[in-house]
Amino acid sequence: MMASLVPLVVLLPLIGAATSLVLGRYRRAQIAIGISVLAAVAVIAAVLLATVDAGQPIAVTVGGWEAPFGIVLVVDRLSAIMVLISAIVLLVVLVYAVGQGVADRHRETPVSIFHPSYLILSAGVFNAFIAGDLFNLYVGFEILLSASYVLLTLGGTGERIRAGVTYIIVSLVSSLFFLSAIALIYGAAGTVNIAQLSVRLPELPDGVQLILHLLLLIAFGIKAAVFPLSFWLPDSYPTAPAPVTAVFAGLLTKVGVYAIIRTETVIFSDSDLTVLLMVIGGLTMLIGILGALTQADIKRLLSFTLVSHIGYMIFGIGLGTQLGMAATIYYVVHHITVQTTLFLTTGLIERFGGSTSITRLAGLLKASPLLAVLFFVPAINLGGIPPFSGFLGKIGLFLAGADDANATDAAGDAWLIWIVIAAGALTSLITLYALTRFWNMAFWRGRSELEGYESVLLGSVQEAPGGDTITATRTTPVLMVTATTALAVVTLCLTFLAGPIFDLASRAADGLTDPSIYVSIVFPDEGEAR
Amino acid sequence: MTASLTLVVLMAVLFGAGVTIMLERSLTRVLIGFLLVGNAVNILIYLMSGAPGLAPILADGVDPDDISDPLPQAFVLTAIVINLGITAFMLALIYRSWWLAQLGPKGDLVDDEAEDLEDAEEAADLIRSSAADDAAIQRIIDESDEEPDELDDELELEASARDDLDTRPPSSGPTRSPGKGGDR
Repeated sequence: MMASLVPLVVLLPLIGAATSLVLGRYRRAQIAIGISVLAAVAVIAAVLLATVDAGQPIAVTVGGWEAPFGIVLVVDRLSAIMVLISAIVLLVVLVYAVGQGVADRHRETPVSIFHPSYLILSAGVFNAFIAGDLFNLYVGFEILLSASYVLLTLGGTGERIRAGVTYIIVSLVSSLFFLSAIALIYGAAGTVNIAQLSVRLPELPDGVQLILHLLLLIAFGIKAAVFPLSFWLPDSYPTAPAPVTAVFAGLLTKVGVYAIIRTETVIFSDSDLTVLLMVIGGLTMLIGILGALTQADIKRLLSFTLVSHIGYMIFGIGLGTQLGMAATIYYVVHHITVQTTLFLTTGLIERFGGSTSITRLAGLLKASPLLAVLFFVPAINLGGIPPFSGFLGKIGLFLAGADDANATDAAGDAWLIWIVIAAGALTSLITLYALTRFWNMAFWRGRSELEGYESVLLGSVQEAPGGDTITATRTTPVLMVTATTALAVVTLCLTFLAGPIFDLASRAADGLTDPSIYVSIVFPDEGEAR
Repeated sequence: MTASLTLVVLMAVLFGAGVTIMLERSLTRVLIGFLLVGNAVNILIYLMSGAPGLAPILADGVDPDDISDPLPQAFVLTAIVINLGITAFMLALIYRSWWLAQLGPKGDLVDDEAEDLEDAEEAADLIRSSAADDAAIQRIIDESDEEPDELDDELELEASARDDLDTRPPSSGPTRSPGKGGDR
């Protein structure tokens, strides 16, 4: 019964996308399909999470072909958590997008293409999270990437085409890396089943393992935007429509992070790249956030903080301990919701203020107190101010790091961990600085302090630094505000329910400590995976 | 595992050529480079299936060791389909990019029209008072643009334009010179 639910997670959005495409002329039908499909997936994901958390993880052999010959879909706690949080975020962002589409009489987003692409993107994301097979993971990536190409270049304005080209070519290169890695792994191990790989790869010579491991990490690193491979993100994300940017920022990089988690804990659990991951994690944090400091445009600023905070997750994965993984999973969930909320709020600021530039916005606190709250709460949450989940996630990672540093006898690793923890604390402070600076300029300073740009709040047409023209409407559509508020409430829930959620993340991390746990999900009989 | 040397060399050449072309600035070349590298990767996957053998059908009297490995072929087929779709999208993107470049920075006519629709509607009210005059002038311009061989249309236009001109002040008469249509 539960097993038959698993493929629905991917199938429902795909069927929804097809129906939605056929009904291209009927916007209400498209909206109804999109929302009901994503709500259904969210419910299914919640049921799956409850089932998986209560007892046995689920492995489904699609089409009745037994593993390792057929395609396997695996749902353990980590997969279920990721599917659930993605479904919630996708649903909320869709409501926001509908609100924007209803309010916008200017057609910047051709709605008839938006809904099918959005559902296909969802299908790809869900598929990547439940894939038990490296090639199926590749297909999931390709599904979500193809849809993201369409969403990023919606409307085909010059700016979006330019940004889209960068994004597409970088993604294509990463896909080619991934596909080459799959080919070589198949050549070396004779399988692409993740569970079977986990058993067979350790038998290979160390050098071969290292090359295969690095190839996979490069492919996933580009998608997750870790430091040397993150250059494309701040250039491409900010140009898209606000809901698209929000969902990309929240989810697409996390799919890469998820793939890295699987690579480190299951596929190459034997091949140790801890030091590399630590160094990369630390550099991603620092260099990302230094980029954010120089940005006047809030969308670009947030894109840089996005890159920077991927570093925390890479650090947690690098630690590799149970506590490190638990903190990473909690941090991933926190970051998905908080980053999406911030981008959604930015979309509201853009509508309301007519600009996203720090130099052109002022007096928003008086003009719209609700908007101020919606920005302020996620912002200090991201910055890591104590009561919020950002603080809890970071402190969890730091504690895990400290534990690991005390536990390792080798002095070499310990000081590296302390340095990365220090980098993390510094990054947190700089994030706070960058976001409060924007807060001070856009919300707190009075309109009188803003010279020469008085017209920003008068409903005039302003040019954003990106070059596109936005009309400040002075109205904030109810649906958009509701969706943003709902997501902000979810981020607060992560704070209030931090105990149970962290326990859940901890149980999910238990399943990652030993690759044999994952193997036993797919191959209940021992020795079958050989 | 055995592999065909020819295929290995072909793969290496495709990889080298593809990466070189991908580094060019022109989008079309980047796409061609992507296609070459994509095919190189496909050959790499195919090479991983080992020595060629019988068709992978397990009938009576077929030794499983003699058949080709079917899995990489399935991978290659999937990869080809994905590449096809992405190539189609890239071509559309390149065409769009070229189109925008042709028209210059303000070239995005479709969106500009949509954006300006509201303004245009407001402006239309102001213009409407003199709309009749404009229509007449428009017809004259249209008429002068007509090719001489479309005689029927031209005659109609001339007739209608003459009707309009009857109601207009004499000063606008000279704008319609009979020789204009023939010059073109």
